[in-house]
Amino acid sequence: MKNVSIKLAMGAALALGLAALSGAAVAQEKLKVGFIYVGPVGDFGWSYQHDQGRQAILKALGDKVETTYLESVPENDSERSIEQLARTGHKLIFTTSFGFMEPTLKVAKKFPNVKFEHATGYKRADNVATYSGRFHEGRYVIGQIAGKMTKTNTIGYVAAFPIPEVVAGINAFLLGAQSVNPGVKIKIVWANTWFDPGKEADAAKALLAQGADIISQHTDSAAPLQEAEKAGKLGFGQASDMSRFAPKAQLTAIVDDWSGYYVERTKAVLDGTWKSTDTWDGLDKKKVTMAPFMNMPDDVKAMAEKTTADIASGKLNPFACPIMDQSGKPAECKGGAALSDAQILGMNWYVKGVDDKLPQ
Amino acid sequence: MRIDLEPRPARSLAVDVAAPILALAAAILIGGVVVWLLGKSPTRAFSVYFVEPLLEGWSLQELAVKACPLALIAIGLSYCFRANLWNIGAEGQFVMGGLLGGWLAVATHNGAMQGALGGWWIMPAMLALGVIGGALYALVPALLRVWLGVSEILTSLMLVYVAELALDYVARGPLRDPKGFNFPQSVTFDDVARLPFLAEGERLHLGVLFALVALAVSAFVFARTLFGFEVRLVGEAPRAARFAGFSDKRLTLAVFAISGALAGLAGIAEVAGQIGQLQPKISPGYGFTAIIVAFLGRLSPFGILVASLVLALTYIGGEAAQVALKLPNDMTRAFQGVLLMCVLMADVATRYRVRIRLGAAP
Amino acid sequence: MSPAILELVLVTVVASSIPLVIAALGELVTERAGVLNLGVEGMMIMGAALGFAAAYTTGSTIVGALAGVAAGIAMAALFGLLTVALAINQVAAGLALTIFGVGLSGLLGAGFVGLKRDGAPQLNIPGLSDLPFAGKLIFGHDAFVYLAFALVASVAYWLTRTRSGLAMRAIGDNHESAHALGLPVRRTRFLAVLFGGACAGLAGAYLSLAYTPFWAPGMTAGRGWIALALVVFASWRPWRVVLGALLFGGATVLQLHAQAASLGLPGQLLSAAPYLATIVSLMALSIGVRRNGAAPAALGQAFIPPR
Repeated sequence: MKNVSIKLAMGAALALGLAALSGAAVAQEKLKVGFIYVGPVGDFGWSYQHDQGRQAILKALGDKVETTYLESVPENDSERSIEQLARTGHKLIFTTSFGFMEPTLKVAKKFPNVKFEHATGYKRADNVATYSGRFHEGRYVIGQIAGKMTKTNTIGYVAAFPIPEVVAGINAFLLGAQSVNPGVKIKIVWANTWFDPGKEADAAKALLAQGADIISQHTDSAAPLQEAEKAGKLGFGQASDMSRFAPKAQLTAIVDDWSGYYVERTKAVLDGTWKSTDTWDGLDKKKVTMAPFMNMPDDVKAMAEKTTADIASGKLNPFACPIMDQSGKPAECKGGAALSDAQILGMNWYVKGVDDKLPQ
Repeated sequence: MRIDLEPRPARSLAVDVAAPILALAAAILIGGVVVWLLGKSPTRAFSVYFVEPLLEGWSLQELAVKACPLALIAIGLSYCFRANLWNIGAEGQFVMGGLLGGWLAVATHNGAMQGALGGWWIMPAMLALGVIGGALYALVPALLRVWLGVSEILTSLMLVYVAELALDYVARGPLRDPKGFNFPQSVTFDDVARLPFLAEGERLHLGVLFALVALAVSAFVFARTLFGFEVRLVGEAPRAARFAGFSDKRLTLAVFAISGALAGLAGIAEVAGQIGQLQPKISPGYGFTAIIVAFLGRLSPFGILVASLVLALTYIGGEAAQVALKLPNDMTRAFQGVLLMCVLMADVATRYRVRIRLGAAP
Repeated sequence: MSPAILELVLVTVVASSIPLVIAALGELVTERAGVLNLGVEGMMIMGAALGFAAAYTTGSTIVGALAGVAAGIAMAALFGLLTVALAINQVAAGLALTIFGVGLSGLLGAGFVGLKRDGAPQLNIPGLSDLPFAGKLIFGHDAFVYLAFALVASVAYWLTRTRSGLAMRAIGDNHESAHALGLPVRRTRFLAVLFGGACAGLAGAYLSLAYTPFWAPGMTAGRGWIALALVVFASWRPWRVVLGALLFGGATVLQLHAQAASLGLPGQLLSAAPYLATIVSLMALSIGVRRNGAAPAALGQAFIPPR
């Protein structure tokens, strides 16, 4: 009883204080949007790009919106961090790594009035939406470029972990490369890390030593690309335009561009039209974009531009059937003329021509 | 300049109390200046970091949840450290406990292996497996030390990486949720495989009680039992211990097993309580942070209790400061370091008189 | 494997083991004086951050390397104050130093994220560097590599062949007797700690200036901890540090090459291989050799001069 009265008194005092502070100047409270990042904003890769999206919200809606982020949040101890944001008045919260899935759902249950957006997951609720990018579309484009540009017919691929997104990326890359160069070979090294510049560089060196003359990467730092530049070979940037790290080596980069989606979803909350959805778009909605095509002849550039446009318009599907699996059997085609989204999202098999055994 | 340390003839209660408070004040002063340099309000930062988390039921609960694994591991480590043995691989023992116990939860998912028994035995068995996993894993460096004289510092640290990779492997491979779109995590545990929560819909789980029990039992062991005396004697006067007929080999194995068991228990409590499934990583570095907790707590059970809560506060306050003041995460990390060093320095003052003399050494 | 590829592999192994060699060598000296500094990772990352910042600002790799060394020394001085002067527990102080360094490096380096500068140039002696097989291996590295080997040689010589080296070892083995003999225990230890910091800072600077020439938070990725392990692995002998670092770096690099050559083994097992290899070789070394290697007897114990 005593507790309650103290709380009431405190609440009243707080309300008075707030009223005095806000006065007439702030008629409408700003919408607070929160972000949870798995890495530091300075990783220049995954978390950096999400933070670019956050800044885009401020740019577009700065007078109506306030943003907060928590960086380097460990996935296994994230529930508290997410709840911290929900408790401090954030009405829209983006949790930007797969491992935040269960904690996001748990917190969402407790805060039905807060909207949650979880990147790359597959579990939704009334107030939890999911979103991701069709990064494999970009991989198809760079695969084609690599297929055209390789002289040794050997392409190196530095991969992080054998999760479906990475595997789908490898497959799309190889299908793109094969579409212009049937004899092309791809060598894969699993670095078993998203971010360790030294190890990523060593992986790239190993691939270069094995005769690869183009390095593609699905790890976060610019180290593999820089290794390619050092060796006078070519490569691609990851997540952001990394041409400043390797002006002579970068052919293009697959850029994760979350700004459009983040602005759109924030607007939806502002005007009350937000719904729990599953958004998976790519080149079409510019969530995936290609950095400028450079260090390549004009015909390759023209081809890459055409492929990009064709995928964006839906004319070309990187996973159009028939697709042969590693053993040469045609894969089941659950999406009609192409693989279904579910098949791509859960991909755990290689297409024909991958010279690697998928770690299980 | 030289700094002299004169042992205090007797510990003084006034100094014992004043020293940590002064340390806190010094750290806050340093932190305040940096916050001010970054253009934020130091008083507001202080309130957000240290005061507000202590005023709200929710954050108090989170404090206990975060302190729980730290206290459990640290009290285990205090057995080793008292005996002058350097187990710095608690992180690996934590992971192994979580892995082994978590394996049972996955194996019995959806009623598998349960038969007519029902599911009541699963949780106790998981806890037992966690304890065993941690203890066995800690015995590896202990045995290598006893048999071959291999330094336990190196082997216990190396085994951390091996344990982490083993967990990574099973979470991506054999124990992966078959219906989880090939994402690297296990099924979410059934309710029978979840550590009971102390209140419905809350995050405070039974593990917190384990920590309190472990602290109380250890306080008794250190103060009242022959074993507790033996641990200290081996640490402080190994030769005297040998004369007294204590076997340091047996003791090495025992203290490693105890600290591994408690780290393993913390691991399974974290997996079955806080997380609820196996993931490629289950610890944000608890095993290493607990080493600091053990020392901040001067290896005493009560001290460890306080230290684990203080450290938990630095995490929760740090996050609150990121949210409320938009301070960078690195700032809160660096402040954590400053705070730890200040407290360690203050600890010196409780045992010694510190005299600083300018000029050349005599 | 053709000789050309083998040479490339070996060049990579040498390059990737250099930061480990430098950092471990510094820690070796610190430990030989009887001080265990678990803060190598923190000193190293500070060296990487400030080394890159200075090099970027001034445009000079040498200034960058010196700044990295200075950052390491500053961190080590803090550690020395805590553990040598104030006799604080070394394990706790070292861990606190790492937490502090990781945070501070992120703060100070924040303005340098995403910037690029050219890596340290590689020695190229026309003729010699083009020799078949051994050319690149011996004459194809950057200055850090040669500096590292020079450091190892001088430390090895100094520890065993000079008076002051012997005196430091005596202090690490028994500080009471050393003090009784009139050796300056605490001053020597403080200097040894500073040397360890300088080396760790240099190793960090090597990462951000030569190995992967950019700054990113957390880029040392645990190499400071490996360096600590290597010191014990090497049973506190300088040349064995080189051997251990080559083994460790070699195991890491070889598993990547094994994958590139499509040998098909599970990645985690391959990643664990270097750690397991270290434990196994440590056991092998321990059998038959003197018990407990050659650990400085007073390692980890604070010295308070009697009055």
